[in-house]
Amino acid sequence: MRADWEVVIGLEIHVQLATKSKIFSGSPTAYGADPNTQANLVDLGYPGVLPVLNKEVVRMAILFGLAVNATVARRSVFARKNYFYPDLPKGYQISQLELPIVESGEIHITGGDGIEKRIGITRAHLEEDAGKSIHEGFNASSGIDLNRAGTPLLEIVSEPDLRSAKDATTYMKKIHSIVHYLEISDGNMQEGSFRCDANVSVRPLGQKELGTRTELKNLNSFRYIEKAINIEVERQIDLIEDGRKVVQETRLYDSDKDETRSMRSKEEANDYRYFPDPDLLPVEISDEYIEIVRATMPELPDAKQARFIAEYELKSDDAAILTASRFLATFYEDIVKATDATAQVAANWVIGDLGGALNRDGLDIGDSKISSDELAGLLDKIHDNTISGKIAKQVFEAIWDGEGSADDIIESKGLKQITDGSAIELVVDKIVASNPTQVAEYKAGKDKLIGFFVGRVMQETKGQANPIQVNQILKDKLK
Amino acid sequence: MSLNKNQAQHIAMLARLKLSDDEYAESVEKLSKIIDFVDQLSAVDTTDIIPMAHPLAAAQRLRPDDVTEVDNRDHYQQNANEVVDGLYLVPKVLE
Repeated sequence: MRADWEVVIGLEIHVQLATKSKIFSGSPTAYGADPNTQANLVDLGYPGVLPVLNKEVVRMAILFGLAVNATVARRSVFARKNYFYPDLPKGYQISQLELPIVESGEIHITGGDGIEKRIGITRAHLEEDAGKSIHEGFNASSGIDLNRAGTPLLEIVSEPDLRSAKDATTYMKKIHSIVHYLEISDGNMQEGSFRCDANVSVRPLGQKELGTRTELKNLNSFRYIEKAINIEVERQIDLIEDGRKVVQETRLYDSDKDETRSMRSKEEANDYRYFPDPDLLPVEISDEYIEIVRATMPELPDAKQARFIAEYELKSDDAAILTASRFLATFYEDIVKATDATAQVAANWVIGDLGGALNRDGLDIGDSKISSDELAGLLDKIHDNTISGKIAKQVFEAIWDGEGSADDIIESKGLKQITDGSAIELVVDKIVASNPTQVAEYKAGKDKLIGFFVGRVMQETKGQANPIQVNQILKDKLK
Repeated sequence: MSLNKNQAQHIAMLARLKLSDDEYAESVEKLSKIIDFVDQLSAVDTTDIIPMAHPLAAAQRLRPDDVTEVDNRDHYQQNANEVVDGLYLVPKVLE
């Protein structure tokens, strides 16, 4: 970002709600089905059909509203947003305009400048998704798949409170984490369950009025959002410094060319002629129902992170990593409960070894090849000195590769730690006897050579000798 | 005349209607009459009246989140002009 300029960003995040059926029809919402096998009369926009609102969608919107400290509307209204596009067979999208289900929320993020700040959430409203158009491979035609038409979306609109691309991604990750914790969306960005449009403008530092904004469409990865916003900011500043003007328009980010370009849509005049949908009555939500939903609120990421720091005495960074996903946090807590090892040791293993293995194999924590019980058992083996931490890494890999339980692997590979003092003494004697030069140097004051001796003993015992005992015995013998 | 021709053309464009000059003249006149008729409502003082979203004094009924529809694609696609691999084909949208 260039000095003298302030960046102003607001995000619209579309979250696909994880319901079994669509928002207004009983068609399934599963991803990846054969084209149009999940599109029925209501989704296809046949005349004479009636949309009926899915109760689960309302519950999920309320839960989100409560999680971001927002007002849940006791009465909200669906409206028709009119435009023509082949993947919208009715000619309108059912959405909410004047009375959305959620209003005036907020979350707190640590901004790109390291300072905690409040990001306002203007509103979150319910709407239906459109279908998909496929433009490649049909010559003069486009193919239309309406399986996605009618999938429930919660559109979360932020205030223009974000001041950098980094702010924007941090905010988006936090919303992502919240909807995941609430289990209202799978948040899968590749499958389009979590997408984002960004409204971006710049203004000279200190200026009050907002600059002209452009809208960046359909940013579907955290990395692209950051890149797209940074590139768009540069473009706008260049324009203004050149004495030209930013045009209010919709732009697409092209990740191959790393540029944004105008969509030059012919119907740029966004004249959607919203009006209340006569097919749907106002949605009324009682105080009692809101309380029923509130009672199901899980512990949210911020609260969990604070508790991990207080309860397990974890470093703030570690607690942040462990609470990034609800599943990972549970996995970690299951280990802490089951093992005698300290919470920090468990954290090191989950973040370091387990995290590394998951990364390497491209797996999610849900697909971990070691269970929380197995990992807890392994940590116990280190804790009770059956094996050393180093050997434990070997055992971890063996469990990961499906070679059996920690006990079996330690037994079959003969990895048990040597804690028998007299056995270690024998090895130490041998090493001392065969390295007279180093012994002399050590005795002459070259203390660092202790590492050399420890290394030799560990080599001789294939890493199985208890390193603390080895150290002690060596020091006694070399006195 | 509460509607002018430019507005009528804009409405026609939004509705994807292609009208001749004669048809424009006629639509402007008819639509203006409709608007004037509805405009009488503006005479009512609505300061303290909550906007009505629906004429029925009832709330939306909700349905449980159950899948009740089965795949009827072949049946529905008998209505389509052209279908390939289960996709409805339409004139190319992107140039």
